[in-house]
Formats: sequence, structure tokens, C-alpha cells
Amino acid sequence: MNMVNRASGRVLLIALGLAALSGCSNIEPWVAPYERDRLADPIMALDADPVSTSYVQHVYEAREGARGGEGAVGGGCGCN
Amino acid sequence: MRLNRHLLLAVLALVVVPGVVSASVLPEDRADVLYHHYTGGGVDINGPSVLVRKQVGKSVSVVGNYYVDMISSASIDVVTTASPYDEERTQWSLGVDYLRGNSTLRVGYTSSEESDYDAETYSISASQDMFGALTTLTLSYAYGDDLVRKSDDPTFEKPVQRQIYGVGLTQILTKNLITAINFETVTDEGYLNNPYRSVRYFEPSEGRGYRYEQELYPNTRTSNAVGMRAKYFLPYRAALEGEYRFFTDTWDIESHTASLTYVQPWKDWMFTAKFRYHDQTGAHFYSDLFPRAQATNFRGRDKELSELTSMTLTLKASYEFLDDSKGWGFLKKGSITGSIDMLGVDYHEFSDLTAGAPIGEEPLYELEANIFQIFFSFWY
Repeated sequence: MNMVNRASGRVLLIALGLAALSGCSNIEPWVAPYERDRLADPIMALDADPVSTSYVQHVYEAREGARGGEGAVGGGCGCN
Repeated sequence: MRLNRHLLLAVLALVVVPGVVSASVLPEDRADVLYHHYTGGGVDINGPSVLVRKQVGKSVSVVGNYYVDMISSASIDVVTTASPYDEERTQWSLGVDYLRGNSTLRVGYTSSEESDYDAETYSISASQDMFGALTTLTLSYAYGDDLVRKSDDPTFEKPVQRQIYGVGLTQILTKNLITAINFETVTDEGYLNNPYRSVRYFEPSEGRGYRYEQELYPNTRTSNAVGMRAKYFLPYRAALEGEYRFFTDTWDIESHTASLTYVQPWKDWMFTAKFRYHDQTGAHFYSDLFPRAQATNFRGRDKELSELTSMTLTLKASYEFLDDSKGWGFLKKGSITGSIDMLGVDYHEFSDLTAGAPIGEEPLYELEANIFQIFFSFWY
């Protein structure tokens, strides 16, 4: 548990540091809003089909020993 | 628990941190109706999943999901130590997003019910857009409360508690490249066995050479995963995405998962091809055949905890039959999507006992499965 607390504590500190940086309004965005048309294209969506993504993640979690790190929170079992 | 309070405070603090340049937006209003069908290894699972998201006012978006697994199982585990069964799992979830300036606070609840397994998950997360919305930082926490039961023993009830801590960072690097990194720690405490599964041990007095006894897992598990992804817009309007995840846990499972995805639009169509590779070591208490009864403090023969390699090829096609120019009433856009995932798993330490070979000479088990999905999506 100590190892977990230390790891999570470090992550928390980094996250809070980054959050505090959001107060620095003098950082110029190097990709301007009008240059983001390609990133806004539906083919660039990181999760274009959320209903399908969560289903497929559940399939893998039930059949492999690994979990997490994919940016979604699941629940339940249905593992057999 | 002290860590939980700290994380909760940090999540809330992110929401009140002042924004920078441009305002964030809530997720799009959309509804998806999906039907899924999994078939392979003697198991058939199918059912619907319906997801609806709707904005309420200017700063709140509500999302609901209803999902069903109808399971008919005669898997390798079931046919060697138990009887085939039919089962149904129903899951529903509700979430609310609240947008304030460049911050989004999300709360969620998920409930999953089976005849012998109930799970409830409460989640909270906060996202902050920074540096002109080039960077999005997300902190998340979820608490899961499960109850494990056993269909042939009404007195059997064992709890499991789960806590999930997550930090994610999405970063626009160039006008063609977006990247993300996610870190997640999961801790479980409670009855982590599958109550129906057994391990086998060497027993020369048996005709087949082995006997079964119930598996026994540790009561705790902590895992860490870090996932990275990058998506690049190719010059001729197509996209290429690479993903990698490293996973490690206190059961000595270590895994590498990598995938490559290619997206090609053509007129009203969108075609996607993906190849995924996963390789893991086995849990320290896993064995395909223990030397004797109660040979170790903990013991398991769940094939998911074996050393294994899995590969999946996904092919997906999506057709947009409605767009802004031909919208129906309040519907702005509509599409139909079909996909197939061809999954193959090679277990490096899990023998196929149905082959009837002499003990020690059984072939290793291999799973081949196909996953079909078809779904309609509407934006409004």
C-alpha cells in the first residue's frame, strides 16, 4: 500500500503542478485555433465510438490479465 | 483513505483553477444503439448496448448507458471442471458533465448485475484545458464495491472493494499530431477468486494422473498501467494511430500491449483497420499443474493469469446516411457502423485437457474468437 501511496502522491504532485501552470496566461499556443481544422476532422477523434470502445475494453479485460491505462473506468465482471 | 481525500480535493481544485484563452466544450449530443456478438472457445455472448448523451442548459451534459451480456458458456474451464451454463449480465450507468470555463467536472455511477455477481462503481473526474486548449489534464478517481456470490451456495457472499486512480494528459503537438498519456493505479481488496474455478495437482493414484482443488488467490492486488497514444493526420486525409501500454501488478503480471490503426475516409464511408498485440507474463501463483494438493499458499489456474500472447485484427466500415444537408427534423447526422474483431490467444502455460492426451503431454490451449458489432449513431 505504501508503494501505491507514494506513486499516487508523486502523480498528484505533478498533476497539481501542471494545474497551477494553467494560471500562466503568457504561454502562446504554438498551434493557433484556425490551424486545427485537421485535428477537428472526425477521422482524428481519439474516441470516435464510445459505445463500441467501452464494449471492446470489457472484452479484453475479461480475457487478459492487464487492465487500465486507456482512459476509461469500467465495472462488473461477466468474466467466464 | 487519506490519499482518497487528497485526490478528491485535487480533482475539485482543478475545476476552480482559472482558465487561459479559449473555452472548453461539452461532448456532442448523440445516441448510439449497438448490438454485439462474441463467439469463440465454446462461448457465445451477445446483447445490446444503448448510449444516449444530451446537453441540459449551457453547462451540463447527461449521459446514460444500458448494456446487456447474454452469455451461453461451454468454455474450456467449464467443460473440464463444471457444467455449461447460461447467464445474463445487465449494466447501466449514468454520468453528468459540468462545464465551467476551461474545466469539466464529471461524476458517474455504474451498476452491473448478474445472478452471482453484483458491482457498483462511483466515479469522479476533472479535466482542465490549458495553453490555448493545446493541453488537457484529467484527474480521476473511482470506487468500486462488488459482491461475489455462488449459484449453488446461497450462503456464499464475499465483498470486493476497488479503487482506481487516474491521471491523463492529452497534448496537441502540431497541427497534424495529437498525443495522449494515461496513468492508472488500481487496488483491489477482498475475494478476488473466481468461486467456480479449480486448480489441478498431480495425483498418481488417479487414473488420469491429477485431481482438482479450489483455487485460492491473494486478497489484495495493486496494478499500475501507463498508456500512450499518438494520432497523425496524413497528407491525403487519412489518419494513422499508434498505441502502447505497459502494465505491471503485485501478482507479477507484466504486459506490453501495442496497436496500430489506420483510418481512411472515402465519400460517405469511413474504413478502419487495426492490429493489436498483447503479451503478458503469468501470475506468480499460477500453475497449469501443481505438484501436490495445497502446494503453495496461493494457487490459481485461470487461463487469463497464464503467460499468454493475443493478437486481434479489426476491420470496421461506417456509412454516413445523414448529414447536415439532408437532416431529418432534429437529427443532424446519422451513421451505421459494422465491425469484426478476429481475436487469437496463445496460452503458453495452459493445457487443453479436452484433447485427452496423457498428463504432461497435453497440447497448449489456443483460443480463436470473432466479435461482431453493428451500431447506429445519431447526432442531434
